Amino acid sequence: MRTDSPRKAAPRSIVIWTLVALVGAAGWSVLALSRGEEVSAAWTVAAALGSYAIAYRFYAKFIAHKVLKVDGTRATPAERLNNGIDFHPTDRRVLLGHHFAAIAGAGPLVGPVLAAQMGYLPGTIWIIVGVIFAGAVQDMVVLFFSTRRDGRSLGQMAREEIGPFGGAAALIAAFAIMIILLGVLALVVVNALAQSPWGTFSIAMTIPIALLMGFYLRVLRPGRVSEVSLIGIALLLFALVAGRWVAESSWAGAFTLAPSTLVVWLVAYGFIASILPVWMLLAPRDYLSTFMKIGTIVLLALGVVVSLPTLKMDAVTDFASQGDGPVFAGSLFPFVFITIACGALSGFHSLISSGTTPKMIQKETQVRLIGYGSMLMESSVAVMALIAASVIDPGLYFAMNAPAGVIGDTVQNASQVVSGWGYQISPEDLAAAAKNVEESSLLSRTGGAPTLAVGVSEIFSEVTGGGLRAFWYHFAIMFEALFILTALDAGTRVGRFMLQDMLGNVHKPFRNVSWKPGLVITSGIVCGLWGYFLWVGVHEPLGGINQLFPVFGISNQLLAAVALAVCTTLLVKSGRLKWAWITGVPLVWDATVTLTASWQKVFSSDPRVGFFEQRSVYQAGIDRGEIVAPAKTMDDMHTIVTNSTVDGVLTAVLALLVVVVIADATRVCIRHVRRPALSSLSEAPYVESQIVAPAGLVPTRREKEEVRDAVGAEPRG
Amino acid sequence: MRSALNRAARAARSVRWYVRELTDESGYDRYVAHVRAHRPDADVPSRREFERMRTDRQDADPRQGFRCC
Repeated sequence: MRTDSPRKAAPRSIVIWTLVALVGAAGWSVLALSRGEEVSAAWTVAAALGSYAIAYRFYAKFIAHKVLKVDGTRATPAERLNNGIDFHPTDRRVLLGHHFAAIAGAGPLVGPVLAAQMGYLPGTIWIIVGVIFAGAVQDMVVLFFSTRRDGRSLGQMAREEIGPFGGAAALIAAFAIMIILLGVLALVVVNALAQSPWGTFSIAMTIPIALLMGFYLRVLRPGRVSEVSLIGIALLLFALVAGRWVAESSWAGAFTLAPSTLVVWLVAYGFIASILPVWMLLAPRDYLSTFMKIGTIVLLALGVVVSLPTLKMDAVTDFASQGDGPVFAGSLFPFVFITIACGALSGFHSLISSGTTPKMIQKETQVRLIGYGSMLMESSVAVMALIAASVIDPGLYFAMNAPAGVIGDTVQNASQVVSGWGYQISPEDLAAAAKNVEESSLLSRTGGAPTLAVGVSEIFSEVTGGGLRAFWYHFAIMFEALFILTALDAGTRVGRFMLQDMLGNVHKPFRNVSWKPGLVITSGIVCGLWGYFLWVGVHEPLGGINQLFPVFGISNQLLAAVALAVCTTLLVKSGRLKWAWITGVPLVWDATVTLTASWQKVFSSDPRVGFFEQRSVYQAGIDRGEIVAPAKTMDDMHTIVTNSTVDGVLTAVLALLVVVVIADATRVCIRHVRRPALSSLSEAPYVESQIVAPAGLVPTRREKEEVRDAVGAEPRG
Repeated sequence: MRSALNRAARAARSVRWYVRELTDESGYDRYVAHVRAHRPDADVPSRREFERMRTDRQDADPRQGFRCC
């Protein structure tokens, strides 16, 4: 590191950063102190942006320079191994967009919406504090270490630095987590599209649009991505408008599908899409969803800032302390911290930070911008999702997110139950809310996507006028379903890849990824596995999201624990023991939260929380020949018993795997501290970098001069 | 007037550059430049061949370009 920055801060910078701190502090004070009155979302935005700016300027800079000691003179894998295809030095602004598009998906939009049942305050605090001290740190540190190791994946790093045992446990955990993730994401889509001809039609249309784009790129004009994306987006918007005509026409029946029919379609889609070549569906879909994602997020940010809506949800609801919320059961600690994963701390990001990005980064000094900066951006998306869920009427929020087994299926019944929780909403208002967005009903549309869509339509129609409300609702649904379907396809492929690798140990040909029978079998297994969870989620009498989302949250946070354990081990082994707390403290917090949640899901004596207690309550009912609500038939009772057993065993196994990884990592760390000579560090050797590039988004004056000098010395620029 | 036009043209160029880079549409030009610089005698694939090779690589290892939840 060059020590060019003067030690004494300039007066102007002191004034600016004091102002930023004051803005953030003002936001936090209003959020924390206002009770009983409605608060403007402006304060949430102020608290978030102020905190992000300070964390990025001070904490991230401290980690980059004092802890990781990023070295601007050291060549990155992109420079050393440049092959012009996947290893190539990429402009930092482009890579920021790339990395952000890769990490931000449906996750930061769904979790915060569900967590809003405990009020907007717990979620806001966790999203902002969590990202600053845990999530963004994890992403940056993984990116740094993977960059120093030629872009090794998290699994490879776990195997090399911790050992084969911990490495294998990490691999199995990653596979299980992938399956649960796909099942839950698919469930979100099913709940958003069920009985909605408009939504189903426009999402179905994305398939022929993607096929057309794929054909265009493969045969007509190879590689012309921008023009084909423009065509695709135009067709997509047309499909969205046409969805309304279809919903009002005689075709509506064909696109009004029951949840169980949608399950069959989705699993079939996942299977077929994942065995087709990438160019046909996956690549074009990916362009569409990237553009839609970035466009919608920018629109949403503008919408929130322009309309500055007021938050109607309570700051903290009674469900936070009582733990009997209808959206998911359990009290604030630990369940808010596992429900909001993406946006605060997400284990999945470690797969991106140790995958494509380290092979493209130009300079080690840029890990702060790419790793920490992108994660702050994702966190702001999560804050916007929380705002969108909190601007709608709380009565409507609970009617949309409580399982049908709790609120019944008529507006009268729902209104009565929700009012019993202290949130008044009349049956007429519930019916009108559905009519406003041209849906037949909004009751029990769990999964977060429909709630977010209502919130988004509320915010957007404040800017564009109420006439477009239904359009904006379906726009938001389409945008979420679009990239969840892309994730199903891509995730099935990655799961298949892991499975091929594992089965390859038993039967050699499986390892050959172009061996067709192996491809079909492994794709079938992966789709069958997530399809099972999807099927279970749709038919779960206790509510699929209610039961499965905690398992998903736990698994994602357990992956984060694996990533943080790898980071901490690497900090210790690379002679940074003094700084091991940087990832060690988030690891301890994450492990505490997640293992407590797993413990409660497995052993709690509250049948709403503990899977095995739930099992024994319903099993006892079966033995007595009695039906226990919300089950309606004996079949329901048996379904609940089976599902609770599967979920409980799965949660326990995942927790055990992660305990193994953490224990193995601790062993390696202790051994290193006692006898450093025994451990080996597989870091790529130092090579001097020839590239000159700024570290941050905006180059400093000195960096500009360096770039100019370098261009002058080297004619090709 | 003229400077405003210039500025607009420059802005449009940088937007075009950014979009081409972000979607990796510029990948072919980059690859050709790379091959020419490092192996001047080697054959350069046509754009069609290059794009095929690129998606086929993704088929072989789907972890390339994986997206998160």
